[in-house]
Amino acid sequence: MLDSKIPGGQLAEMWDKHRFNLKLVNPANKRKFDVIVVGTGLAGASASATMAELGYNVKAFCIQDSPRRAHSIAAQGGINAAKNYQNDGDSVYRLFYDTVKGGDYRSREANVYRLAQNSNNIIDQCVAQGVPFAREYGGLLANRSFGGAQVSRTFYARGQTGQQLLLGAYNALSRMINAGKVQMYTRTEMLDLIVIDGKARGIVTRNLVTGKFETHVADAVVLCTGGYGNVFYLSTNAMACNVTASWRAHRRGAYFANPCFTQIHPTCIPVHGDFQSKLTLMSESLRNDGRVWVPKKKKDPRKPTDIPENERDYYLERRYPSFGNLVPRDVASRAAKAVCDDGYGVGPTGMAVYLDFADAIRRDGEDAIRERYGNLFHMYQKITDENPYQTPMKIFPAVHYTMGGLWVDYNLMSTVPGLFVLGEANFSDHGANRLGASALMQGLSDGYFVIPYTIGGYFAQAELGKVTADQAECRHVEREARDRVEKLLNVKGKRGVDSFHKELGHLMWNNVGMARNRQGLEEALRRIPEIRKEFWENVNVNGSAEGLNQSLEKAGRVADFLEFAETMALDALTREESCGGHFREEFQTSEGEARRDDDNFAHVAAWEYTGDPAKPTLHKEELEFEYVKLTQRSYK
Amino acid sequence: MSSNTINIKLRVWRQNGPEDSGRFEQYTLDNISTDASFLEMLDVLNDQLIAEGKEPVAFDHDCREGICGTCGAVVNGQAHGPEKGTTLCQTHMRTFGSGQTITLEPFRAKAFPVIRDLVVDRTAFDSITQSGGYVSVRTGSAPDANAIPIGKEHADKAFDAATCIGCGACVAACPNASAMLYVGAKVSYLSLLPQGEVERHDRAKNMVTTMDSLGFGNCSNAGECEEACPKNISVENIARLNRELLKAALV
Repeated sequence: MLDSKIPGGQLAEMWDKHRFNLKLVNPANKRKFDVIVVGTGLAGASASATMAELGYNVKAFCIQDSPRRAHSIAAQGGINAAKNYQNDGDSVYRLFYDTVKGGDYRSREANVYRLAQNSNNIIDQCVAQGVPFAREYGGLLANRSFGGAQVSRTFYARGQTGQQLLLGAYNALSRMINAGKVQMYTRTEMLDLIVIDGKARGIVTRNLVTGKFETHVADAVVLCTGGYGNVFYLSTNAMACNVTASWRAHRRGAYFANPCFTQIHPTCIPVHGDFQSKLTLMSESLRNDGRVWVPKKKKDPRKPTDIPENERDYYLERRYPSFGNLVPRDVASRAAKAVCDDGYGVGPTGMAVYLDFADAIRRDGEDAIRERYGNLFHMYQKITDENPYQTPMKIFPAVHYTMGGLWVDYNLMSTVPGLFVLGEANFSDHGANRLGASALMQGLSDGYFVIPYTIGGYFAQAELGKVTADQAECRHVEREARDRVEKLLNVKGKRGVDSFHKELGHLMWNNVGMARNRQGLEEALRRIPEIRKEFWENVNVNGSAEGLNQSLEKAGRVADFLEFAETMALDALTREESCGGHFREEFQTSEGEARRDDDNFAHVAAWEYTGDPAKPTLHKEELEFEYVKLTQRSYK
Repeated sequence: MSSNTINIKLRVWRQNGPEDSGRFEQYTLDNISTDASFLEMLDVLNDQLIAEGKEPVAFDHDCREGICGTCGAVVNGQAHGPEKGTTLCQTHMRTFGSGQTITLEPFRAKAFPVIRDLVVDRTAFDSITQSGGYVSVRTGSAPDANAIPIGKEHADKAFDAATCIGCGACVAACPNASAMLYVGAKVSYLSLLPQGEVERHDRAKNMVTTMDSLGFGNCSNAGECEEACPKNISVENIARLNRELLKAALV
């Protein structure tokens, strides 16, 4: 039975009351506890720094060459907070309400309310660290409205908000490394979780430079390892983003929640060739000024600038007159797919729509547009060799974020006691669709303002005995990790790792992507095990386990994607409704909108590993809505 | 988008590990799309090498959108290649002509030892930051974000310095392998903000002392760092760092 440990009482008082009820660890005893943090993005860096400040001994791990390179760095648009500095009617309650609604009523009210409460502290903390948010001429902080919000609550640092927030957290982490309270392990990959007497007590790692396997033990393990978007091969994620840490923890007992909830971001540069390695996002903020359209005539050969106004279909403005181009991501993405599937798409592949700034440039001038989006326009031109000041951008949806993740309770603890999961790696706050500028907020809320309290509550009552790296349980897990690496190297087949990743990604995009149906999902469930089988018979991993071997790193990650993908497809098949980013073609309204089934699916689907990725056991956490009334989301 | 292809020759630095002396090896690549990024071209090379049973070229990369600072190599003598203000991952093959020979080497500096092929160890940058590149503010102790107004001009200038991605191109381009632009950017950014004011003197002194101890060279105003910087960070920041050091010496 899943216990979400949501405190009772009034929503607005829950977090306060809970913090009071959590037992404290006295300051002198904090230094007796060791914590392992895996991943150093917004969640991991903020958690490591803050727990170290409290006195815990932290060991932090990242696969990159420096903790500053985690993929949080690439977030462009901004971070939400309920400061109401614009005096436009925002409040903690409104941010909470918008986030629950935006998630299509598949998140927990209590978690989302806490997130909205913490949002204001995050902005204070970041500004104190020196994060250079955009400012007005009077010297006060600027805000913009963002993706589906009708108030201006988004704080931003040009198109580089994630970079600046991450550097703030990285600086805080650096300070605690200098203080000797955090031991930092870079270029080190977690390969497995060590569970002793039912509690998470350590991890097995491989040093990516020397190839050395190591066992690290601790009193708790905190995973901050991001999302699994690269299961699709092409996504806006960085190349190294992977599901391995989460999947290995899942195999050791952590339930995986709502893996089918993936976010397809509407404004990305379209796919243009077989050699392509990744997709590039163009910030959602562009939709504040850009107008999305396609020609009214199929396969119109004219240049976009030659197509007169009355022969263009501004389909978002037509279908959603009140929100127009600012509808949430899931809605905008599906609408783009629909017009392209109907044959109105543009560009060489027909899988793109226009995002046009001509009106905004006429209205505000080119300089104003450059001030707002200069770096994005520059990046677009670099990649496509087209000038978006003169001709509309071509955009298409791409995989961007994953709302699903390891199941956690209100304390952010997974079903394995002592294993906590933060940021994108957990499932808890975004439901079936994440609103723009909410990911940064959640990562930092979890790291700065939730885990520092809840981990103390765990330590105060956990009764943890001493463990050492050389005891039998640890050595057994390390042996398994080594054997697995050797097995990968010994296949000595004919196909490179990437070719398997591409094949899997292609299948997932076509069958478990933006629109899903029973037939396609069943086909995916048939094909994934076949690809996995061939992988283990025919993959070719050059080199050895000694020293730096990038093919070997990728092989381990792709092997885990090949298992995870099956659970993800099964979750999508089992959820017989459409909600947020999960669109089942069988379940739509007559107008083509997502049709939820609150009677049967207002729950979190948490999957338990059983030894066979095809046959996990489903556990349901019913979602209760006391404050927000469930309605069909309407942006018309 | 044009979809032309080019044929190129590559001279790539191959080095098996820190102890290996290393050498250039030559490869020929045909039909590379001019829309491919430089790193996608390297992916194609590696696919070819793997198919031939050879070891792929090791190179660092991650976000492939010019922001993480992981990638970087010296291309035809220039850190991050020929395009100004552009990381290697955002350089596209349309920048090169068919038949051209492209020479690829790792960033070279005493403080950045080669790990393998084009991969170098930039841990020294982290060490410099750890010695003072922050504001000492404990989580939870921040005042309201709007309590201290900051003039837009100052904030914008601080932002320009804060956009450093820590890639190390400035060090690779400098004839003395100095890290003054990296340190200057960080020190300037924080000293331009009221939040960084209290610790400004110690910060400048400690970061420069650490830089010196890690084997980076001195600045001799060659200005190559600014030329190579993919984020166009100005050498003005080095001048500001020097002023901060001077002031620190006087207090």
